[in-house]
Amino acid sequence: MDALDLARWQFGVTTVYHFLFVPLTIGLGVFVASLQTAWHRTGKEHYLRLTKFFGKLFLINFAMGVVTGIVQEFQFGMNWSEYSIFVGDVFGAPLALEALLAFFLESTFLGLWIFGWDKLPKRVHLATIWAAVIGSNLSAYFILAANAWMKHPVGYTVENGRARMTDIWAVLTNSTALAQVPHVVAASFVVAGGFVLAVCGYHLLKERRDPDRTVETAVSPWRSAMRGALVMTAIAGAVVAGTGDMSAKLLHTQQPMKLAAAEGLERDTAGAPFHVVPGVEIPKLLSILATNDPDAVIRGSEDLQKEMEARFGPGDYRPDMAVTFWSYRIMQGFGLSTVGLALLGLWLTRRRRPAPSWFARLLVLALPLPLIAVIAGWLVSEIGRQPWTVMGELLTASSVSPGVTLAEVATSLAVFTLLYGALAVAEAVLLVKHVKRGPDRPAKPAERREPVLMGY
Amino acid sequence: MIELWFFIIAFLWTGYFVLEGFDFGVGVLAPFVSADDEEQKQALSTIGPVWDGNEVWLITAVGATFAAFPAWYAGLLSSFYIPLLLVLVGLIVRGVGLEWRGKVDNPRWCDLGIVLGSALPAFVWGALFASTAGVNAVLGGFFALLVSLLHGAVFLALKTEGAVRRRARAAALAAGALALPLAAFVSWIALVPLAAALVLIWFRREGWAFTSTALAIIGVSAALFTGLHAEPLPGLTLAVAASGEYTLGVLTWIGLAFLPFVLAYQAWTYWVFRKRLAPPAPPASMARRLHPVK
Repeated sequence: MDALDLARWQFGVTTVYHFLFVPLTIGLGVFVASLQTAWHRTGKEHYLRLTKFFGKLFLINFAMGVVTGIVQEFQFGMNWSEYSIFVGDVFGAPLALEALLAFFLESTFLGLWIFGWDKLPKRVHLATIWAAVIGSNLSAYFILAANAWMKHPVGYTVENGRARMTDIWAVLTNSTALAQVPHVVAASFVVAGGFVLAVCGYHLLKERRDPDRTVETAVSPWRSAMRGALVMTAIAGAVVAGTGDMSAKLLHTQQPMKLAAAEGLERDTAGAPFHVVPGVEIPKLLSILATNDPDAVIRGSEDLQKEMEARFGPGDYRPDMAVTFWSYRIMQGFGLSTVGLALLGLWLTRRRRPAPSWFARLLVLALPLPLIAVIAGWLVSEIGRQPWTVMGELLTASSVSPGVTLAEVATSLAVFTLLYGALAVAEAVLLVKHVKRGPDRPAKPAERREPVLMGY
Repeated sequence: MIELWFFIIAFLWTGYFVLEGFDFGVGVLAPFVSADDEEQKQALSTIGPVWDGNEVWLITAVGATFAAFPAWYAGLLSSFYIPLLLVLVGLIVRGVGLEWRGKVDNPRWCDLGIVLGSALPAFVWGALFASTAGVNAVLGGFFALLVSLLHGAVFLALKTEGAVRRRARAAALAAGALALPLAAFVSWIALVPLAAALVLIWFRREGWAFTSTALAIIGVSAALFTGLHAEPLPGLTLAVAASGEYTLGVLTWIGLAFLPFVLAYQAWTYWVFRKRLAPPAPPASMARRLHPVK
């Protein structure tokens, strides 16, 4: 173990952890804003209650996304100073734009939303949550454009050992980014949809067991929330699949080593099969997925390794093959299962049919499945990029801060791991508590004034 | 262009010190200026809608440094490793504490997070920047902490009514009395505005006192960045640290186009929440709500 290994572990731990919260912020924010819009349009009380209920869950989660995000911005400079100096001219720009254009919007308007329930006109208050979620989604675009540049650097030259941006438009419209942004954002909607489905499943069951329930199951607010989430998950799932296909085709031309690792393909192969799991293969499918041509040659890791050694000098240019291979399958399997669950739900509850109890129970799975899928997706994306931080330009080993000691990185890794672990438990307990408690009872007409529900 | 970006970064840091300065102060003081939980909610609600937006000034300052002066960003962050780790830990527990406080059964853990998470970054930022400016780090840390407390106490006095306002005024006088002698060692430029703030808060001119503490922070920050201008880090000049002309040009256009909007909507937030927060109403059943003063 040296400082480099620990710095990599820290980046992995803190980034994966950060991304447990980000998709919910992105997707659930839009869901909450949509509920509030529905309340605004229809005036139906239950939409307001759902807005506040899911709004509270959203805020519990949002806090974690924000505070773990600050670590990310500092981490590049703290642990990866050589990387930062090399890429800052290009990579720093989207980060600065993210803060200026997205984070200000998100945090300022969310503050207005939380504390503005009884201070702003209804219409303006509705606009604040939309401004905040636009901020969240915009931030995804900028950070993913920066990330895409690491995998497929464009719009730059290298001068005196530093990248220099020559074309911001090329950086912001990088083909890798244009495939990745909708892929990740849509996956975030699947995660958020899954979260809402799990919550609705729990409450639908609880409602049925309630002996003195008054509402008909068919008109339960949980049913309308569930239907909304099913539609959101299914549509977002289709986008994830479509953009995933785009990404695979880009991998073939831009990052063939990652594709080879994701498939465990060692030799250049014409008409390459796709392995569902080792031993179960579908002939020619990989060639079709990567190029639309069943007989196309897909590059293999060993052949690429030889080629890269010739080009960049001796070294191992293969990522961790097993982790990349299995993460890829987990991403696809768990992601597709979530979408399958959503489609099944839409079918079961068609034309006002109540959701069967077994299905409501099954919905609990909708929370972990897509979350595991997106994490696995990031592992494919980032571990599959190794040993490079900037593909073809800068090795991870050359990116780490030279002056930072093993003890320092070890300290910060330990601190973040412990703190994050404790906060994960606290967040889970808090979410479960508020999910179980459910929405507040409708206010009696005498106390119609909106309380400051979300403040202190 | 390099000069302009140095100015913008100095502006962003200054904005951060002024804005987060008072919400750090309020974060530390909230439990100490309130006799019960309702008063504590009243105190924290003064920063509730704005603290997260204030923190984005830091994110933007650091992001702009990364983009405009990569070598400064990389050198600063990697050479102050453990101090920045402490800042991050502070900001994490504070942010979570502030967001979760109203949603947990027992807010004591959140309060601890808010107090420590506000005091720690205030101290460390002071120490860190003092040492880059060649001032004793410990003195710089205490100075930053005390000025934050003063600035926050004045803000609390400005934004509340009742007992919290009274106690905040006392806290401001105490913090100011301690900060003033330190200013003589750390940054003499703060002496006059800090003394003015003390006089003004004594005469209950809270708005002017807040302007004065803000001016003190702006003065210290301006002096700090004037000092950093030649060499932001030992052996590193701005010209060496800077990104290329193209990047700086692009950032300038986008920054100039959007910064006014950001300033406008943040100012609007302060306008929306401009009223003083009243003390909790006497009947306990009603006290869960925070009414603005009519």
